[in-house]
Amino acid sequence: MTGLWTLFYKELLRFWKVSLQTVLSPLVTTLLYLLIFSHVLAAHVQVYPGVGYTSFLIPGLVMMAMLQNAYANSSSSLIQSKMAGNIVFLLLPPLAYWEFFAAYVAAAVVRGLVVGIGVGLAGLWFAPIAVSHPLWLVSFALAGCAMLGMLGIITALWAASYDQMAAVQNFLIMPLTFLSGVFYSIHSLPPFWQALSRYNPFFYMIDGFRYGFFGMSDVSPALGLSIVGGCCLALSLTTLALLKSGYKLRN
Amino acid sequence: MIPAIEIHEVHKRFGRLHALRGVNLAVEQGEFFALLGPNGAGKTTLINILAGLSRATQGRCRIMGHDVVDDYRDARRSLGVVPQELVYDAFFTVREMLRFQSGYFGLSRNDAWIDELLHNLALTDKADAPTRTLSGGMKRRVLVAQALVHKPPVIVLDEPTAGVDVELRQNLWEFIRRLNRDGHTIVLTTHYLDEAETLCRRVAMLKQGQVVALDTTQNLLSAHAATQVRLKLEPHRLPDALRPLLAGEGADFFNLALDDYAGLERVLATLREANIAVTELEVAKPDLETVFLQLMGKTT
Repeated sequence: MTGLWTLFYKELLRFWKVSLQTVLSPLVTTLLYLLIFSHVLAAHVQVYPGVGYTSFLIPGLVMMAMLQNAYANSSSSLIQSKMAGNIVFLLLPPLAYWEFFAAYVAAAVVRGLVVGIGVGLAGLWFAPIAVSHPLWLVSFALAGCAMLGMLGIITALWAASYDQMAAVQNFLIMPLTFLSGVFYSIHSLPPFWQALSRYNPFFYMIDGFRYGFFGMSDVSPALGLSIVGGCCLALSLTTLALLKSGYKLRN
Repeated sequence: MIPAIEIHEVHKRFGRLHALRGVNLAVEQGEFFALLGPNGAGKTTLINILAGLSRATQGRCRIMGHDVVDDYRDARRSLGVVPQELVYDAFFTVREMLRFQSGYFGLSRNDAWIDELLHNLALTDKADAPTRTLSGGMKRRVLVAQALVHKPPVIVLDEPTAGVDVELRQNLWEFIRRLNRDGHTIVLTTHYLDEAETLCRRVAMLKQGQVVALDTTQNLLSAHAATQVRLKLEPHRLPDALRPLLAGEGADFFNLALDDYAGLERVLATLREANIAVTELEVAKPDLETVFLQLMGKTT
């Protein structure tokens, strides 16, 4: 297990050494969203009874920041190693494919949580939020970060250039994140978009995470966690299979 | 004794390119072995297969008896590879890199050996420097240190002295020689054939994915690189009796290959009988470069 712990520690140190860029920068960006949207919409929108719009917004923004940063951590670390060629330092030692997987996913989860907790704490300055179901909250946070960490690994394994990486990030991850109900309840959408949103696994992460705070959600948290858990399982098996086969790593 | 490296009938195809065509090779424990060949001959591909960076299309490889696919953990623990590409991780210092590399090999407390490596590779004062700030030669030495961090019995160095200046190159070889004396098996590829000739007891030459020569350096030199003499003659004409010895010719000279120095006397006697004067004579010692060029299908 020393190999796994070393790789996990190295991945943590990697993002911590550039924490201005990897922690502080996403924190500030998310708080700007919070500042602007809450200022513009707080007086006009109420999604759940008894919950102010700013309070409603905070869990969504926390989860969005967690997902984006978990994805960014594994994907950027791996693509940089591939492009710079220093991936050989991980391929020459006797690290098992599952150790590789566990270290990258765990580091992605940690970065996601660090940024998410930062956004959450800072959000308390804007509006009161209380946690009503901590277990649901933690389950969705962990599953969401792990899922995006895995997506990051898959993308970085597949991508042959930074351009391809950016394409996946900009044309898949970002739209799925923004169209997942961070800023609204899907019940406020027209029926077509409402139906489409139900095919977006990011929607269930945000919705379930929000349930952890307010005890209210668009779909039942059990259904949400089943879907997110199913996606996690499928992505785990895919990522492990790719790593085991040496896909685009060991030609 | 189990061979340090066994390569059995290894083929590698990249699409339509047949990069390795049935390579068979065994390197005994404690050997200092050179793997030579022109660019594209398959040296790095073969090393990559040994290291698990690439997978053979067909055939098996073993490091200290451990199959590089089925028993990859033990095989990789037995092997240290200095890659050809000058790679580094810009985020970390030299010491951090070496600690990580130790950890990946399962060694959590390795600082005493890391300090010794840094000392031997003249990197002690750069231990806490970020790797991106090092010169090319220093980065190369960090790669050597990373390959040795787990004290592997078999060490493969793919062009280790490329970009390293003469003095440091000598230091590096002295260090590698010492590792060999301590029992480590060393396999190297290099473009400096004089290095291979001086250091290595046995040599394999690869050409277009096949082993075209595999012997001791001494045998290769005596079998393929006869002593050569370069003669300028007046008139510029070679008697028919000497034609079988002709190894090359230019506008004003002939190169003759001799089995030994005694042959020179017979050449001079033949020329005297033919009334041909020798205006210039130069004897060339056989070297690995001559063997290499001959085997690669070129003439000198």
